[in-house]
Amino acid sequence: MNDIITGVINFLRTPGLTHFLIISALLFSMGIFAILTRRNAVMVLMGIELVLNAANINFIAFSRYSTGTFDGQVISIFVIILAAAEAAIALAIVLNIYQNFNTVNVDEINQLKD
Amino acid sequence: MDLFTIIFYVFALLTLVSASVVVFSRNIVRSAFSLLFTFFGVAGLYVLLMADFLAITQLMIYVGGILVLVIFGVMLTSRQINVDAKTGTVQTLPAVLIVAAIAGTLVGMFLSTDWPRTGTLPETISSGAKIGDLLLTSYLLPFEIASVVLLVALIGAAMIARRDKKT
Repeated sequence: MNDIITGVINFLRTPGLTHFLIISALLFSMGIFAILTRRNAVMVLMGIELVLNAANINFIAFSRYSTGTFDGQVISIFVIILAAAEAAIALAIVLNIYQNFNTVNVDEINQLKD
Repeated sequence: MDLFTIIFYVFALLTLVSASVVVFSRNIVRSAFSLLFTFFGVAGLYVLLMADFLAITQLMIYVGGILVLVIFGVMLTSRQINVDAKTGTVQTLPAVLIVAAIAGTLVGMFLSTDWPRTGTLPETISSGAKIGDLLLTSYLLPFEIASVVLLVALIGAAMIARRDKKT
């Protein structure tokens, strides 16, 4: 029992690759939770941003600790670019939906055209 | 406890706490503003991971661009201030089960896997020049494609958002 406790304490005292990966896993899970449960389309978008940030943390953590090259950082730049494009398009679509249906709750929007 | 450990836990706590406020808050305006602190925390983690250029990019694009877009979306789609700013949730119990399964799987995998370590980044190196080199050599084609995608996406977003109802 004491061995386990000292192991956990030693694990917590030296942040490394695993710590960053666990943070990204928790961030990813919270993003998925927001995507699954929220009714507001803008909240779903925020969940997607959390998921993308979690993926970026993974890329950069592996670039720092596992490969030692900058390829992970370059790929996370592409992720950020695509996130910006996605946010712009998605919010334009949300605004259009709001003009047509007068709501942005994703469970009430069930028609492709009105 | 060295300085790296303390800073790591400060930013990790900032990220996770504000992300949970984003996810669990009933008020969508509060969610949008907590997202700001989540992005700040993630940028701090990037600095700890020797990605200074990425941290600045994160602040400029996420905080300066995407977050402003999200807040515009919140303001333009809430019916009235303070009346319909709250948002409901659906399917909470199945979602909790699914998310617990995902989180457990991911954390267990991260804890049990022995990741290959072929090298680490040196402690004192500026990432901007290296990233610029890579973008113009190995990643030239994806870089150009990404720029075209961004242009097309922004023009498309402007078109979709400005379209009249009559046409």
